[in-house]
Amino acid sequence: MILSGRVHKFGADIDTDAIIPARYLNTFDPGELAQHCMEDADPRFPEKVQAGDIIAADKNFGCGSSREHAPIAIKGAGVSCVIAKSFARIFYRNCINVGLPILECSEAVDAMQDGDPLQVDLDTGKIINLRSKEEYQAMPFPPFMQQIMDKGGLINYVKERKERDEVEV
Amino acid sequence: MGMTISQKILAAHAGRDYVEPGELLNCRLDVVLGNDVTAPVAISEFKRLELDEVFDQNKIVLVPDHFAPNKDIKSAEQCKLMREFAGQYGIKNYFEIGQMGIEHCLLPEQGLVLPGDLIIGADSHTCTYGALGAFATGVGSTDMAAAMATGEAWFKVPESIKFIYYGELPPWVGGKDLILHTIGDIGVEGARYMSMEFTGEVIEKLSIDNRFTMANMAIEAGGKNGIIQADEITLDYVKKRAKRPFTIYKSDPDAVYSEVREYDVSKLEPVVAFPHLPENTRPISEAAGVVLDQVVIGSCTNGRIEDLQIAAQIMKGKKIHPEIRTIILPGTQQILLEAMRRGYIEIFIEAGAAVSTPTCGPCLGGHMGILARGEKALATTNRNFVGRMGHPESEVYLASPAVAAASAIKGKIAAPWEV
Repeated sequence: MILSGRVHKFGADIDTDAIIPARYLNTFDPGELAQHCMEDADPRFPEKVQAGDIIAADKNFGCGSSREHAPIAIKGAGVSCVIAKSFARIFYRNCINVGLPILECSEAVDAMQDGDPLQVDLDTGKIINLRSKEEYQAMPFPPFMQQIMDKGGLINYVKERKERDEVEV
Repeated sequence: MGMTISQKILAAHAGRDYVEPGELLNCRLDVVLGNDVTAPVAISEFKRLELDEVFDQNKIVLVPDHFAPNKDIKSAEQCKLMREFAGQYGIKNYFEIGQMGIEHCLLPEQGLVLPGDLIIGADSHTCTYGALGAFATGVGSTDMAAAMATGEAWFKVPESIKFIYYGELPPWVGGKDLILHTIGDIGVEGARYMSMEFTGEVIEKLSIDNRFTMANMAIEAGGKNGIIQADEITLDYVKKRAKRPFTIYKSDPDAVYSEVREYDVSKLEPVVAFPHLPENTRPISEAAGVVLDQVVIGSCTNGRIEDLQIAAQIMKGKKIHPEIRTIILPGTQQILLEAMRRGYIEIFIEAGAAVSTPTCGPCLGGHMGILARGEKALATTNRNFVGRMGHPESEVYLASPAVAAASAIKGKIAAPWEV
């Protein structure tokens, strides 16, 4: 799948409280969460973001709490994918489980500026910065995780395994 | 080749004799945990599987502790959803208000998590149970949902970092200072995806409550889990609580570590983490004097009886500074009762502190002590991110119960020996 959108660039160690503050965790409605997405990192983000836009960040994006509300809020805001130098473990896992595309690519992040138009090929991991015309290659996913994502997330994956009687439930 | 405790626990739960870092495994789980923020999302995902039953009614634990006792109507709806699910599916370990405590204080206390267990929880501080020699790690709600259905989860076997602490702990320095010092040293992603194994003569003598504090904050260094080998101190705690058999695993002498870090603790001072990351640590001698508005003592990090004992020791016969709001949140009903029996609650109230029923409350900016714009709090909690305890322009400083109690009395960040 090929995605294209404009970059919103953030710094290092963006935590899940910045992605979706706990004061909004009394709901898990994607639309409601989206209204406060990234609010404590950039209060204007919920107004600025447009469908298909891309979040880019430095190292350790999504550190902190296990709240799945974080990828849900990002997806709800219409963000098509997140590119970072690295992701915190639970956030990474949550993205695979809920089907929010994420890519690790330090070179692409270093070279991009806020507002750059990007084209991302999720199948190959190729990132093209349409401003500079530079191309970058993101780290590929291990096949097992790719399989979960191809099924549209963990629940669909479990459903299929259950139907094939691979797990007792 | 030898294995670490973490490798051994994962191998045992995957039906394997040997596993190595980097391998992907499907493992059987001993405990699956969720709370009032994460379980409702998990329940809604679980329902998509259209199942009549969960994998095991005894192995799922549901605790309404974050926004409970219900802070508002939406939170009440979340808790209701969880309560109804627990009833419908016959979940044995659902803890209603009155029995409920902060999950990571409650589960060990109730003997629900034991050495050698493999535990996932839809809460990042699930790593706390590593203090008992269990492999425990935080996951999201969808992982919890899948685990409630199958009793399994996939894991990448982590590499391990070995932390060795030696020397003699100075007065007023404990588990919170050791872990903050460690995070300050390696940074908030210093152990990303890795197992943090805490060892050495200092850990061997460390009390169980201090061990819980250390394992609890492994996630603040990005760790997948924190783990301490079970020993006599662990057995003392676990023996009277366990209702099922358990296994003690030890790291092999030839186990492979990606890194070994050693700390001489003899000259360590109480540590304070400044806003807005737990890695921004300073010794108390370079931290004193920051004027505060609020002090919070409690949380899954420092809401246990020994934490309250230290705070009471410092507050006894003293008055809290008139411009400081001090809120004390014992971790469980049992801890609260024990604190009452020992007279700590009277000391806190006489000193001018508010004492709350157990809840995560202010730690994550939920309720029971939210900060206004520009306010500063010192807390025994685990995170000081932007907006963590309230307004995005408020500040949180992290420290031990000893520093918190002293700071409450002084009205500013202070060392325990100053009061």
